[in-house]
Amino acid sequence: MSQPGVGILINFNLGINLSEDFASRGVPASKPPPWNDPFIRSMFFQVIAVLLLGYCFYSIFDNTLTNMEKRGITTGFSFLSEEAGFGILMSLIEYDETYSYGRTFFVGLLNTAVVAACGIILATSIGFIIGIARLSNNWLIAKLATIYIEIFRNIPLLLQIIFWQIAVLQTLPGPRQSLRIGDAFFLNNRGVFLPDPKFGKEFIFVISAFLISLISAYIFKIWAKRTQEKTGRQYPVVYVSLGLIIGLPTIIFFLVGMPLTWEYAKLERFSFSGGANIIPEFISLLWALTMYTAAFIAEIVRSGILAVDHGQTEAARSLGLRNSLTLRLVVIPQALRVIIPPLTSQYLNLTKNSSLATAIGYPDLVSVFMGTTLNQTGQAVEIVAMTMAVYLTFSLVISMFMNWYNKRVSLVER
Amino acid sequence: MADIKNSADLSPPSEIIGPLAWLRSNLFSSPLNSISTLIGLYIVYALFIPVIDWAFVSADWLGNNKDACSLKGACWVFVIQRLDFFIYGFYPDAEYWRVNIIFVLLALLIMPQMVEKAPYKRFSGWFFLTGFPIIAGVLLLGGILGLEPVSTDKWGGLLLTLVISFVGIIAALPLGVLLALGRRSKMPAIRIICTAFIELWRGVPLISVLFMASVMLPLFLPDGANFNKLLRALIGIVMFQSAYMAEVIRGGLQAIPKGQYEAAASLGLGYWKSMSLIILPQALKLVIPGIVNTFIALFKDTTLVLIIGLFDLLQTVNSAIVDPNWPQVSTEGFVFAGFVFWIFCFSMSRYSIALERKLDTGHKR
Repeated sequence: MSQPGVGILINFNLGINLSEDFASRGVPASKPPPWNDPFIRSMFFQVIAVLLLGYCFYSIFDNTLTNMEKRGITTGFSFLSEEAGFGILMSLIEYDETYSYGRTFFVGLLNTAVVAACGIILATSIGFIIGIARLSNNWLIAKLATIYIEIFRNIPLLLQIIFWQIAVLQTLPGPRQSLRIGDAFFLNNRGVFLPDPKFGKEFIFVISAFLISLISAYIFKIWAKRTQEKTGRQYPVVYVSLGLIIGLPTIIFFLVGMPLTWEYAKLERFSFSGGANIIPEFISLLWALTMYTAAFIAEIVRSGILAVDHGQTEAARSLGLRNSLTLRLVVIPQALRVIIPPLTSQYLNLTKNSSLATAIGYPDLVSVFMGTTLNQTGQAVEIVAMTMAVYLTFSLVISMFMNWYNKRVSLVER
Repeated sequence: MADIKNSADLSPPSEIIGPLAWLRSNLFSSPLNSISTLIGLYIVYALFIPVIDWAFVSADWLGNNKDACSLKGACWVFVIQRLDFFIYGFYPDAEYWRVNIIFVLLALLIMPQMVEKAPYKRFSGWFFLTGFPIIAGVLLLGGILGLEPVSTDKWGGLLLTLVISFVGIIAALPLGVLLALGRRSKMPAIRIICTAFIELWRGVPLISVLFMASVMLPLFLPDGANFNKLLRALIGIVMFQSAYMAEVIRGGLQAIPKGQYEAAASLGLGYWKSMSLIILPQALKLVIPGIVNTFIALFKDTTLVLIIGLFDLLQTVNSAIVDPNWPQVSTEGFVFAGFVFWIFCFSMSRYSIALERKLDTGHKR
């Protein structure tokens, strides 16, 4: 039955009643006319809508084909295997001018992923700290947190990104006058230079030790929980796990002879050589994304914590739980329920906002693929479709993961 | 009877009332609290004092060229000198009065909405949404009534930012209502089309929508049909924004108790009548704060149009700071632009919070 049918249905029923009335007086009962039948009406509107949409798509498709033919652009994805011929500022996989356009897609994709992942982690940590600080009973701290939130969330993100890039990082001193911490860390207008870790062959043992200790800590946690449920005896799970996860790999690291060396950045005539370089575009983008999103996350955290009834805290206290246990077992699990759904949309926003990188030239997916590659090849339809598909997939994956997590923490009602 | 001698009232102990007690309970109630206070004080000292010094104490305000900049603090002379450019963009000097009329009219129309019981509030609200855009369009574009025509690529600065966000909201609102109704429709084909439309636009970044509008829209249209750059950007923004608006309005539709739908049906109202007379007035009232928040997001997002080459407020600042006639003034420019955006967004968010408090009286589920 259709929504427009709601009203119609009433008329229809009224009609029947009336006709029954008439029927008793000898007037024959009749079905409603077909244009008043809710089912037929709803089918009619749907068919019209689908036809209209189909016509729209058809004319767009047709126009695009004609227009592209006129401009001499061949459709299809064969351009992906052609040589790109342009360099990219930052790449996590091997790349130079001789690689294909298809490769530029992956370079951009990875750059987007890396800045989004770092941004999500940093924004979450800072956002939680600021959100809790805003609830602090210390007047000064609470006010500082409020000022932070109100400043950063009310200024457009793009402005913040450009500000950090142009007004802050580009006005830093050149390599010769770098700000430095010892001989290891340098900050100048070419970005940050860090020591580059060089792993020896034996480092694989350390990694495997780390994985083993992770698994055993997890098993220990399950065992401790079971024992507690059976006997009531508690074990210091946190300390044991920490000891396992940090201790075991450290011991192995020293046992196999410290297979890790640091390659320091060295100042040459004009710039640095060696070391790991983080380009300024990455720093300003990540910094602005983090500060901006953290302000929103802080508000989400605050409202989540406030949403937990104070009676819950009092009940936990009256059960004799310590403050830390009250927080961990009673307040936080309930607050998370309120926090998770809006937090998900903030993560999605951050991922989508990372595309603002284009404005400062950080080589993310939009700037490399939808910018340079599109300009060089002119394959607008294919490239825009691919880019949009990537963001849609990102959105779906993050929201699926968060839905799964949300289901885990959501209220189990009787 | 014992002689009772009235002594003067003792003032309450200073540990309970007064500034000292306030300090004790709010800043130094525990060792941890005291440490936080000290950290906070250090942040204030290290951050706020230099900023205030830069922005006010050692700033330069008077003058008309770069010689007025002492470089000890902010050089606001630059902002003051280029203010016309930041506000009007490339709009011809002689026609500034047209923009000014619109600004004044806008302010006059917004003010009654802020006051609880302003006269003609409803009328001015409707005029704001219907008559004002027409007047503003005629004044800005010109070409009729003896007004000098001004092409849209001359528009810029704050004017362009306001035009884009205003058109965006005015056009996205009805589209959003239709999409939200469509998403809740009982006709599967309509529902699927609307849901797909909403999720598609919500899943992609605005910048790719703008790219699409500026690169692909010309490809989609038959030969001869050509839009200017501003209109293409507006189409992209409206599509994008209507999807967000639809989700906000859907929230309002869902909050209306089922009894209201049934009551409308039992009165014999058809779909459109029951929606426009019963459901939407209640649903829209519920989500006004949400709509204002969407508008704030849209207002901040208008800065993105600089990527497709439009001169909004941020882009005018961006292009003015590279002027070789001025020394390093990038910080001043961005701080000014940020301040303007901040004023708009902050006051709108306060308005939305106040509305939320005021409207928090009706039924909710």
